[in-house]
Amino acid sequence: MALLWAFLGQLVWVTLGAAAGGALRYFVSGFVGRRIGQAFPWGTLIVNMTGALAIGAMAAAVRGPVSDAWLFGATGLLGAYTTVSSFSLQTLALAREGGTRQAFNNVAYSVIFCIAATALGYTAATVIVGAHG
Amino acid sequence: MADQGEASAPDTKPRAATTRAELTLYASVVAGSVIGSVLRWLVGLALPWGTLFVNLTGSFAIGLFAGITAPGGRWFVGPRVRQFVMTGVCGGYTTFSMFSLETLRMLQQGKVFAAAGYIALSLVAWLGSVWVGDALAIRFNRLKGAKP
Repeated sequence: MALLWAFLGQLVWVTLGAAAGGALRYFVSGFVGRRIGQAFPWGTLIVNMTGALAIGAMAAAVRGPVSDAWLFGATGLLGAYTTVSSFSLQTLALAREGGTRQAFNNVAYSVIFCIAATALGYTAATVIVGAHG
Repeated sequence: MADQGEASAPDTKPRAATTRAELTLYASVVAGSVIGSVLRWLVGLALPWGTLFVNLTGSFAIGLFAGITAPGGRWFVGPRVRQFVMTGVCGGYTTFSMFSLETLRMLQQGKVFAAAGYIALSLVAWLGSVWVGDALAIRFNRLKGAKP
């Protein structure tokens, strides 16, 4: 019984984070798309970069993978905020319509900038909060 | 809420209608994101390679669904359903942030080749599966009895 309550509690944290993260992604990618244009998927790239930065910071600041803070912030919010499915679909569309170079750029920017952003977030949070390993 | 706006200020009716349509899309995305994220969490509890698995299957799913519901595709769905499934469920289910963190962890442990291999494997899995999903959708759209 206690196990069930613990599971339901975790489910609530993931759900709350996911609701916020999904709405935020829809807002940010739409906002960027309207400002910069839809020819290149900058919206998804910026969403994934900022989400990668934040999860790096969280990894340095929050201890353990099963805390409520992690379930809400990382599993729920940042997990729902960032997306691979849109990245894949947009890369396929670019390869078809925009040419191989555009598709290649999208892949290279996404991988390099996101991993670099996670490292930056991790380092910054380590300096500010102190490392937990 | 929108009805009140229309009653008190008739000249803002188109704007209220737009706002309501936009809120409906937000609700679709949020509902889908919650379903996708809970699924991803459960997959992660069950599988050691959870991130790779969700990103592979999520890319396949969005490729298949986008192709079948594209203009001229076999299924017609409205923007709400499309946002619910693609932006919501698939978007919430897949995650780029966890992929980045897992790769960074490998790099921090000095496992440079493992990190490079994980990146390469992930890219092949994501892009290969969205391509397969899209190819299947094209075949499905061409089956006998498909809508013109």
